[in-house]
Amino acid sequence: MNSSSPNPRAGTEPPTAGSPEAIKVQIQGLSFFYGNHQVLRSVSMDVPALKVTALIGPSGCGKTTLLRCMNRMHDLYPGNRYVGRIVVQPDGTDIIAPEVDPIQVRMRFGMVFQKPNPFPKSIYENVAYGLRLQGVNQRKELDEKVEKALREAALWDEAKSRLHQMAHNLSGGQQQRLCIARAIATDPDVVLFDEPTSALDPIATSKIEELIVELKKRVTVMIVTHNLQQAGRISDMTAFMYLGELIEFGETNRMFTNPAKPQTEDYISGRFG
Amino acid sequence: MPCDGGFIVRPKSFYHEQEKRARHRRLIDRAFRWLGMILTVTTLGVLGVLLLNLAMNGLGRIDWNFLTSFPSRRAGEAGILSAWVGTLLLMLVTASAAIPFGVAAGIYLEEYAPKNRMTDFVEINISNLAGVPSILYGLMALGLFVYQFRFGQSLLAGGLALACLVLPIVIVATRESLRTIPSSIREAAFALGATRWQAVWHHLLPYSTGGISTGVILAMSRAIGESAPLITIGALTFIAFLPPAPLIAHAPFVSGEWLFSPFTALPIQMFNWVSRPGEEFQSNAAAAGLILMVITLSMNAAAILLRKRAQRNITW
Repeated sequence: MNSSSPNPRAGTEPPTAGSPEAIKVQIQGLSFFYGNHQVLRSVSMDVPALKVTALIGPSGCGKTTLLRCMNRMHDLYPGNRYVGRIVVQPDGTDIIAPEVDPIQVRMRFGMVFQKPNPFPKSIYENVAYGLRLQGVNQRKELDEKVEKALREAALWDEAKSRLHQMAHNLSGGQQQRLCIARAIATDPDVVLFDEPTSALDPIATSKIEELIVELKKRVTVMIVTHNLQQAGRISDMTAFMYLGELIEFGETNRMFTNPAKPQTEDYISGRFG
Repeated sequence: MPCDGGFIVRPKSFYHEQEKRARHRRLIDRAFRWLGMILTVTTLGVLGVLLLNLAMNGLGRIDWNFLTSFPSRRAGEAGILSAWVGTLLLMLVTASAAIPFGVAAGIYLEEYAPKNRMTDFVEINISNLAGVPSILYGLMALGLFVYQFRFGQSLLAGGLALACLVLPIVIVATRESLRTIPSSIREAAFALGATRWQAVWHHLLPYSTGGISTGVILAMSRAIGESAPLITIGALTFIAFLPPAPLIAHAPFVSGEWLFSPFTALPIQMFNWVSRPGEEFQSNAAAAGLILMVITLSMNAAAILLRKRAQRNITW
């Protein structure tokens, strides 16, 4: 890592200086409005493929709003307006273009929420639901994919004997891993995590963190977190946001040891936020 | 306040005064407890006396013959066969109309409709509809179903009139049970790529079936006791035949002919008997009333059981 290299673009830098890596998502001049209230102000960043990108910043800075732009979650509620582009590679689709179907976008961007939100159905049916939506009906294929997802979510050993029991009999941490299994079962391009451990105890949290690090071998991860240590532990790239703007975006190590912007330094050192 | 070594020293009279006030407050508390108890017991007592009175007058009249005989000029031979069959078929028509319309409207208003002035207006008016006197629904049904649609004074017209009457109850029950589903469940479905319809059909409806069925049963138990709208559209009070059977011996094996048959119903039969002179007809009325009461109470009990079960099975 070459943190001393001068950075031509204000606040951002390519993923790894020297060895350009694949970019998965390019956010270009993204602004977002709820009614007349502007929540995001011209955010631009390149999210690298197969890395964990953390979004940090004080409450209300727009990090969750940014995350929910990625799967068009805002479209579910009235009064939203996107400006700019979010281009997904390799196909170059701008996923916030009005002619793009949000349902297609959501099939490519899995999401794990703040509080575990399994459906009141069996463990199996929870994981299978996304697959069923995508038209997988064959029992054998479903069985295989459900098992694979549960293994990847490190839940298989605990769940295999009770696949057809209600998901709510699982503990909170297990439920969250189930939600991760549900999100990855359909092989999305990107998985979005919205503060996935904020409702969990430290042991469950560390399991989820291990899982996220493991996941990036095959899927691009974006995670919103309030927990700076967590961002430091699991992310490759960190984006610091404040008042709807992207203040600084770069490699996590560099951001945490040698931030370029005074606001970033103040936030990371605990002087505000 | 005099102070001594950090402690507040108060004169004895202060504590005396405090004690007096506390006694006064306890008195009000106890008075309300008794008042509440008396009012509750009175309310239940009225219901109890009513039931007891019905039972004393009517219980002796209820036997197999009473259930299987047509009405008759001789009170001792009269029965409620055409009345309970009519009530049953009416409820069938009412449920088949009120459930799909009410549930669909509830789903639309809760999950699809944009939140704006128009939907606020619709919402207020649905609550208003629930308060419209039932006889007005009868008048509407007379004009619309009986004459305009030429359904005649039939089971179909009567069942639809009752369906209109209870539609608001079904809509409100549907909306309320959808509202108890947390938005995180909707978002979970949408985030996996579900359409709104898939979210409704795969998740929201199954998770709210308990609440909706409770509302439907309560709506039916409201409809079953209604007589005003049925009398308005011209339900007959003396029917000595049954509507044509809905199942027939030849293809297509079902027949809708019964829908257009004249009918009577339990409350109407009861009304007819009450308005006749003679002790025996009064006890016939009491017996019919008792049966109606038992049906209504068991429907309410079913609703309560269903709600309990639905709450037990689904957690968020």
